[in-house]
Amino acid sequence: MRQVAVVSFAQSRSVRRETDLNEVEMLMPVVQEAVARSGLQKREIGFTVSGSSDYLAGGPFSFVGALDAVGAWPPIVESHVEMDGAFALYEAWVKLQTGEADSALVYAFGKSSLGDVAEIVTLQLDPYYVAPLWPDAVSLAALQARAFLEASGKTERDLAAVAVRSRRDARKNPMAQLSGERSVEDVLAEPYLVAPLRRHDCPPISDGAAAIVLAADDVARRVCRRPAWIGGIDHRMEPHALGLRDLARSRSTAEAGERAGVGRAAVDLAELHAPFTHQELILRDALRLDDHVPVNPSGGALAANPLMVAGLIRIGEAARRIMDGDAKRAVAHATSGPCLQQNLVCVLEGGR
Amino acid sequence: MSQRCAVVGIGQTKHDTMRVDVSLNGLVREAVDRAMADADVGWRDIDAIVVGKAPDMFEGTMMPELYLADALAAGGKPVLRVHTAGSVGGSTGIVAASLIKAGVHERVLVVTYEKQSEGNAMWALTVRMPFQQAIVAGAGGYFAPLIRAYIARSGAPADTGIRVALKDRQNGLRNPHSHLAFPDISYEMIADSPMLWDPIRYLETCPSSDGACAVVLASETAARRSPGPAAWIHATAMRSEPTMFAGRDDVNPRAGRDCAAELYRRAGITDPRRDLDCAEVYVPFSWYEPMWMENLGFAPEGQGWRMTQDGVTALDGDFPVNASGGVLSSNPIGASGLIRFAEAALQVRGKAGAYQVDGARKAMGHAYGGGSQFFAMWIVGSEKP
Repeated sequence: MRQVAVVSFAQSRSVRRETDLNEVEMLMPVVQEAVARSGLQKREIGFTVSGSSDYLAGGPFSFVGALDAVGAWPPIVESHVEMDGAFALYEAWVKLQTGEADSALVYAFGKSSLGDVAEIVTLQLDPYYVAPLWPDAVSLAALQARAFLEASGKTERDLAAVAVRSRRDARKNPMAQLSGERSVEDVLAEPYLVAPLRRHDCPPISDGAAAIVLAADDVARRVCRRPAWIGGIDHRMEPHALGLRDLARSRSTAEAGERAGVGRAAVDLAELHAPFTHQELILRDALRLDDHVPVNPSGGALAANPLMVAGLIRIGEAARRIMDGDAKRAVAHATSGPCLQQNLVCVLEGGR
Repeated sequence: MSQRCAVVGIGQTKHDTMRVDVSLNGLVREAVDRAMADADVGWRDIDAIVVGKAPDMFEGTMMPELYLADALAAGGKPVLRVHTAGSVGGSTGIVAASLIKAGVHERVLVVTYEKQSEGNAMWALTVRMPFQQAIVAGAGGYFAPLIRAYIARSGAPADTGIRVALKDRQNGLRNPHSHLAFPDISYEMIADSPMLWDPIRYLETCPSSDGACAVVLASETAARRSPGPAAWIHATAMRSEPTMFAGRDDVNPRAGRDCAAELYRRAGITDPRRDLDCAEVYVPFSWYEPMWMENLGFAPEGQGWRMTQDGVTALDGDFPVNASGGVLSSNPIGASGLIRFAEAALQVRGKAGAYQVDGARKAMGHAYGGGSQFFAMWIVGSEKP
């Protein structure tokens, strides 16, 4: 396998409702910043791939306008996944492995504020038997939270602790949307949104964009002082029907983590794409992270959750700490679908 | 670094206006089951799945790979979902091939489909978006002016489009999967059909189809375990250019020319017309055959129409194009590109039945999308590259 690394990362500040900028205007400064920081000229970048969703934009081909703005002249080698940008990054990693490109620009954007996002994602469900019942995303997450609490012996207090810690850590993240200092008691005094989940157990609705530049081998070493090398990357799907899965565990994360080599050496930190508090605990178990491993020092998806972007941000946040010299080995995770149906795990390493 | 990759299994549905007899799952499985039977593989043999389709709004299911996971036995496997507009079928095949070329997987299932009857593609294509140019024309209205520009540039005879449609519809009669089949098709019938978007007549345009196409790709090692002949991938290429850019020539787009040039270079082809035996080219409106013949370098600029008029692109011609009947005969949009790729593979595997091109050993599959700004192509051969 070729050695491939993250050499730059940029993201927009996540906001509840971006009213002044459309998707493209939100994305452009981010792409420009990521390319500028990469030390590569735009024309040198051999592959471009993005992640976005037409259903968030409310119209078909939402990636087309973005591509126009990012720039495709002279014509470029380009692809798009209708998924979180983390999966676009996976496609870029594969492309670099074929040897057909030595560097890649990966970007993602999403405005969740344009519609009722909890209802929009209901359209991801089985269109014949489940979607017509319109179970919203929070209700499905609550089912999973209940299953997890009953199976694990954990309590709502444990969930509240995740929320409190995430928003506290987010105070140091200028790109975060929600941050603040609250006590667990304070959070637990709130009413349920959908039992056993309270408002603080749920992610904010966010608009945002992010971009990453990948480079292989000597190109990465040339342009970046401390590249964040991809030590392993893998992703796995689970069955769609909720009744076919053990919602209290994430088998797909466990398998992807094993294949990506999470357990091969000590982990300094993890950025887990856990939009709901209980999901962080499920993912932590699945990846067998030691209790001392800091999770989501950025505040995670509980502090900013732009759909189609939040997974790519996890990889960017983990990589950034390696590029800054603050960590030697980090784990990043991205998820897609209801109740953690599909999961990607990426191990990032410094010092090669 | 780059491993060999082959097509070892191909499956298509019967394409039709409304496949009311099957769900989305059922439609997809009809193609997948046939592809897996062709490759003689079971679910355990599949390492990863790549799903491709055009906008989710065509069916109303968001990110449908999540729902399709159960029907595709995707539990425990990596699944990617590609969406690159009309070229998506081709792009999906190329992304899947890269998983094998990179040495990540041994066998990848490629799944593409569209069930257009679930929605209204015309509507889904023309949503008025804030701050964006409204097209409000559908695909035919978008491409008709480009065709008129082509006719003005090339001086092509006015009936070139009719002749393409006649050839593709006659070829389509030989293909059991074809959506449209007019047993009594004739030159007059097409010429007399209503003008939809001048110069595109009703019978010169593609249908809206329900349909799916699946392909099993294998590494060199894995390919040995499939009994049928393999179609070896000699090269793949993708190119995109901007939609709204004053400097682009959207009649003969540079992205298409660049894509073909890279494809030929990677496949070691110097004279595509001589070195290839046939091509499956994305022709949703008849006139796009001569236009793409020029864009792909099979004919000099302004001369593509001669290939049609001289019968070169006919099934018994010197360089058959769309022996399968092409997009004019079946157009499940998300699958149409992969169908082109798969039909090229069928030809070099010698398995194209009633529309087999004699002695086909090397063939091109071509797909394009958007307003002619996205391109995906591959070349497959009966011999290893």
